[in-house]
Amino acid sequence: MATTAAPTGGARNGAGPEWGGFEENIQGGGSAVIDMENMDDTSGSSFEDMGELHQRLREEEVDADADTDAAAAEEEDGEFLGMKGFKGQLSRQVADQMWQAGKRQASRGFSLYANIDILRPYFDVEPAQVRSRLLESMIPIKMVNFPQKIAGELYGPLMLVFTLVAILLHGMKTSDTIIREGTLMGTAIGTCFGYWLGVSSFIYFLAYLCNAQITMLQMLALLGYGLFGHCIVLFITYNIHLHALFYLFWLLVGGLSTMRMVAVLVSRTVGPTQRLLLCGTLAALHMLFLLYLHFAYHKVVEGILDTLEGPNIPPIQRVPRDIPAMLPAARLPTTILNATAKAIAVTLQSH
Amino acid sequence: MAEAEESPGDPGTASPRPLFAGLSDITISQDIPVEGEITIPIRSRIREFDSSTLNESVHNTIMRDLKAVGKKFMHVLYPRKSNTLLRDWDLWGPLILCVTLALMLQRDPADSEKDGGPHFAEVFVIVWFGAVTITLNSKLLGGNISFFQSLCVLGYCILPLTVAMLICRLVLLAGPGPVNFMVRLFVVIVMFAWSIVASTAFLADSQPPNRRALAVYPVFLFYFVISWMILTFTPQ
Repeated sequence: MATTAAPTGGARNGAGPEWGGFEENIQGGGSAVIDMENMDDTSGSSFEDMGELHQRLREEEVDADADTDAAAAEEEDGEFLGMKGFKGQLSRQVADQMWQAGKRQASRGFSLYANIDILRPYFDVEPAQVRSRLLESMIPIKMVNFPQKIAGELYGPLMLVFTLVAILLHGMKTSDTIIREGTLMGTAIGTCFGYWLGVSSFIYFLAYLCNAQITMLQMLALLGYGLFGHCIVLFITYNIHLHALFYLFWLLVGGLSTMRMVAVLVSRTVGPTQRLLLCGTLAALHMLFLLYLHFAYHKVVEGILDTLEGPNIPPIQRVPRDIPAMLPAARLPTTILNATAKAIAVTLQSH
Repeated sequence: MAEAEESPGDPGTASPRPLFAGLSDITISQDIPVEGEITIPIRSRIREFDSSTLNESVHNTIMRDLKAVGKKFMHVLYPRKSNTLLRDWDLWGPLILCVTLALMLQRDPADSEKDGGPHFAEVFVIVWFGAVTITLNSKLLGGNISFFQSLCVLGYCILPLTVAMLICRLVLLAGPGPVNFMVRLFVVIVMFAWSIVASTAFLADSQPPNRRALAVYPVFLFYFVISWMILTFTPQ
């Protein structure tokens, strides 16, 4: 069974005493590098050798088992294992190296692009900080002579947007809003995230035009915290259905949070025209959004149309409905808009 | 020798993991297979199990997975501080629960004009994307939990709400009415609280102690939305 291609293992017959010397070669090295001289001996000795090689390299033992099974099967056949064994081990080694290289590249690429650690500094907050920022978002500061500090974090704004989504969902459900060609959840998420991201980007663009000192992150944080007022107003008025109450809260709470944002922007902008443009746009968008959220997703029941006839009838006829007992078929969005427009007209005329 | 190297991940001998260091006290006998992986991403023992479980009958495979899922259901229903859900995470349970919930919550396609109920896909997307968002949030806040462990815990803790859905459906068979609504409201509130307690029991240890409230709040919102969908469900 001499293998002519294996100078060192030429005299091996798979006999017992030869094992000791071979193992000595392997174990004496103590390095992870495969010694090519030992690679070409296969006849019946590959079982423990491969096992130890793989253990040293910390490769998967399945290969060793597969090889031992293959080698054990080949042992039975016997004769000329030399070249086949050599190629087998060589190809295995190459395959291992390719696997390692591929894995290294993949993990490098993954850690580069899918690294959420990029966002980690923006979530570095404590609960006490979040609480204080929420309260501060309702307090407009008078000092506009030097730039006011804006906390650049994303946890608070993100949670406020999600809270607004939840409140909107609650409001839509209790007023039986029907969305065609869409879903309630999708509409709520789209509206809230669209407002937060879209209006932030738009105001950032205007700030760039007006030469205001604000970054995109700060704008996102500012507008996000400004939604706290919206959350409060909607939470209260979706549960207590009083028209006058909504207008009071709209002006008071919405106005406070808008004034806070306006004060911060004014402190960071120079020039009266720029200040007017930037802050006017933001104030208009913020207040109108609250109005929109209230009226578009909180339908007024049919009863209010009766109040358009005479001034003696009290205008407050809204009934909270949790379960649609009997829905008339004509609940179309156009009736909502008509009712909204009429309701606004009535209240404007009556005040 | 070879068998020893093939042994399933004995926690005591694997490379150090600061979070689960206490697990070295727990001994796992050799014949209980470990279904999930701990947070180490490198070592993959999956291939060993393929070779040893490939030849067993399908019945054995399914029963083993079902038993694991059932065991985790028990852990959710009686939440104690245990590491089972985290150590042996799997996503079968969340999938079963999510599909059940979505099937029961979907509106009748013939009546799509009248009811504002969700579609099957909507519930599915809400559950999975909500869980992904919460996981990302807890990781960004500095949590020590891996992605799939968090998904596993959040998915399994939907079990009380699924039970609430079943109860609500049964109660609705009795006919609508204010008493009906109060019963359903009570059931949903209790199950909602149970879900939050269960998920907090599992997730709380993985967060830094002063930020637990920040990590629990989105979980609260998530289960609130699901509870709301269950409470306002009306069959046509």
